[in-house]
Amino acid sequence: MAHYELLGWKKTDWDFVGKRYIAFGFSACLLVVGAIAMVRIGTGKAKLAIDFSGGQAIQAGIEGPVDLDKVRGAFSARGLSDVQVQQATVQKGQRLLIKLRGAEMSSTTAVGTGGEMVRGILVGALPGATVVIEGVQAVGPAVGRRLQEQAMWAVIWAIVLIMVYIWIRFEYRFGLAAAVATLHDVIAVLGIMWLIGADFSLLIVTALLTLAGYSLTDTVVVYDRIRENLRLHPAESFEVNVNRSINEVLSRTLVTSLMVLLPLISLLIYGSPVTFDFSLSLSFGVIVGTYSSWYVASPLIVEWENYRRRRAAEAAANRMAGRQ
Amino acid sequence: MIAQYRDFWLGLVGVLTALAIWAVYPLDKKLNLGLDLQGGVHLVYEVKKEQLPPNTTLLDAVDRAIEIIRNRVDALGVAEPVIQRQGEGWIVIQLPGMKDPQKAKDLIGTTALLEFKLVSEKPMDDYTNSKTGEADPKKMPADLEIVPGRDPTERYLIEKAQLMTGAALADANPTTGDMAAVVVSFRMTPEGSRAFSDLTGRHINRRLAIILDNKVFSAPVIRSRISGHGQIEGRFTWEEARNLALILRAGALPAPVQLINEEVVGPSLGRDSIDRGMKSAIVGAALVLGWMAFYYRLSGVIADVALVLNFLFLLALMAINRATLTLPGIAGILLTLGMSVDGNVLIFERIREELRSGKTVRAAIDAGYQRALRTIIDSHVTTLITAGILFYFGSGPIRGFAFTLFWGVTISLFTAIVVSRAIFEMRKQYESLSI
Repeated sequence: MAHYELLGWKKTDWDFVGKRYIAFGFSACLLVVGAIAMVRIGTGKAKLAIDFSGGQAIQAGIEGPVDLDKVRGAFSARGLSDVQVQQATVQKGQRLLIKLRGAEMSSTTAVGTGGEMVRGILVGALPGATVVIEGVQAVGPAVGRRLQEQAMWAVIWAIVLIMVYIWIRFEYRFGLAAAVATLHDVIAVLGIMWLIGADFSLLIVTALLTLAGYSLTDTVVVYDRIRENLRLHPAESFEVNVNRSINEVLSRTLVTSLMVLLPLISLLIYGSPVTFDFSLSLSFGVIVGTYSSWYVASPLIVEWENYRRRRAAEAAANRMAGRQ
Repeated sequence: MIAQYRDFWLGLVGVLTALAIWAVYPLDKKLNLGLDLQGGVHLVYEVKKEQLPPNTTLLDAVDRAIEIIRNRVDALGVAEPVIQRQGEGWIVIQLPGMKDPQKAKDLIGTTALLEFKLVSEKPMDDYTNSKTGEADPKKMPADLEIVPGRDPTERYLIEKAQLMTGAALADANPTTGDMAAVVVSFRMTPEGSRAFSDLTGRHINRRLAIILDNKVFSAPVIRSRISGHGQIEGRFTWEEARNLALILRAGALPAPVQLINEEVVGPSLGRDSIDRGMKSAIVGAALVLGWMAFYYRLSGVIADVALVLNFLFLLALMAINRATLTLPGIAGILLTLGMSVDGNVLIFERIREELRSGKTVRAAIDAGYQRALRTIIDSHVTTLITAGILFYFGSGPIRGFAFTLFWGVTISLFTAIVVSRAIFEMRKQYESLSI
């Protein structure tokens, strides 16, 4: 049996297709988590970020000592109990990120007043410190609803158009498996992000859509090779050809994924906190996408082919039986 | 095609590179930074549908409100303000570089409806609930109303008929009135003047209430016929008087507006985002460029040249289109660097494979580019689809991301296929390939 080069050092002849049932089990777990996440989001029980839920996020730069307990106490003294306070050390002193959720906001503070209110509370709670409001994000409920609606339409259109493209571009068995793999990647990453407790924001939806578009990359590379090998080695079994194809293109699948992963890791480490969840979702997406091109997209067409052959054999047997 | 006209393509790349450098130089002047990077204020107001004046459609009201807000914003001295309608009844206002969000909100959000009405001579107690002091709807006749003063404890019984509005004003300015109090003095248009003189002549010895946004600011007794000017008293600070005068000059909004979305990025936060964006971009690009050079040797360096050109062309396209670079846009640029180098990875791996199977350098290069082409295009189409959708549905920062993603990937089809191919054509004569 032929051997193939992996990253220039080692030759591989790994049996991807043979391990497909382990992979199917793992993928099923990912999909279940993703499905739970979707239900939680759909029923409004998942944590939504301010841009969807409405509310205010205020970033305050503070020079001087910061006592978080005092800060939290000062907010609850003002009747604001559902307040999230995060602290980060920056070049000049500290930065506090204060989040007021939807319900809190509508009852106590209107859009446009949050910055001044938070400044007042912080000045009172931290005597001797200078407080500067560096950033404010305040989203009224109508705006949150509009963004939710836009995100929903974007997701629907992306799914529809990508599926249409796959349907036009691939023959039936490949297209079906590619579509399943794409949905698998998006749902899996959604589940992972939910599991690690991320607030769902517009940027996470953006990352998931980008993933839906990117996920096909590795799959296309493997599929093109499978078709080529089916032509070159028609005598060999379908399974052997699929395995051969994955191994042959292994190094390019790994390198292309790595090339997208490296900039994302740089964004995670050095980038702005604003794009952190975005980069994290996409990093998971690239990894899951590579995995699914080996263990979901390819084994699925093997399953489909096996099923088709069984049906053909049964039909032939029936015909034989009918003739006798 | 590229093989035959190698020198043409190399020349074209040279010309495009020169044009791109011209388009982006100097970068800090040519590139449009989003509010999230350069700092500024983004406000969305909703025009209150329930309080439209009679015979006015929401569309008309929003148009007029935009015009008036533009006049007010002009006084803020912001370099390139954006004021536009969103959907039916929303107004989006972007003030790049604005450092005082409170001032912006005070100026924009005030309705500034100035009205002149008569104070009723009837005793107020007849129409109020004796216990609460509030208006009693059962006793109140249709032509009267109770209006609070600027001091919330004051109340006035006012005849509802609107005698004049701020529309008759020609000018307004802060001045110092009696006893050094700061007041806003106003002058009326010639028609306004005649009407005012007529109305004051008819109501001598009555009290004229000057009402701004449904608060009585003052209610002086008309001693004689007055024409043309007057003043609004209200225990103002000089700053408040100046702002009020400015708003009165710009005109009243047709209906009250409510702030529904506010995004403020202070200068230090914007600076911080730029620094982090730059750092992550430099590290990310260095990792990709370094890996390619290490893994594909000289061929990798050629891919790196294509990648740098890709980046340059993308910046040039943004400069020419006056597209806005946002924080997610930086992430988009980084992502497209990774995605666009994918094209060259696929080609190089194919060439390696062809060389291993014993083909000559010339044949391997031809086969590598030919066979990988279809795969490269296919693998990018769906990314372009999602980028297009994000551009259509997204706004602001997301749009910045969609723009860089779409064009970064599109340009990469050119740079990874044409640019690197043209350079590779020069290497066909070699016996072996550094790949």
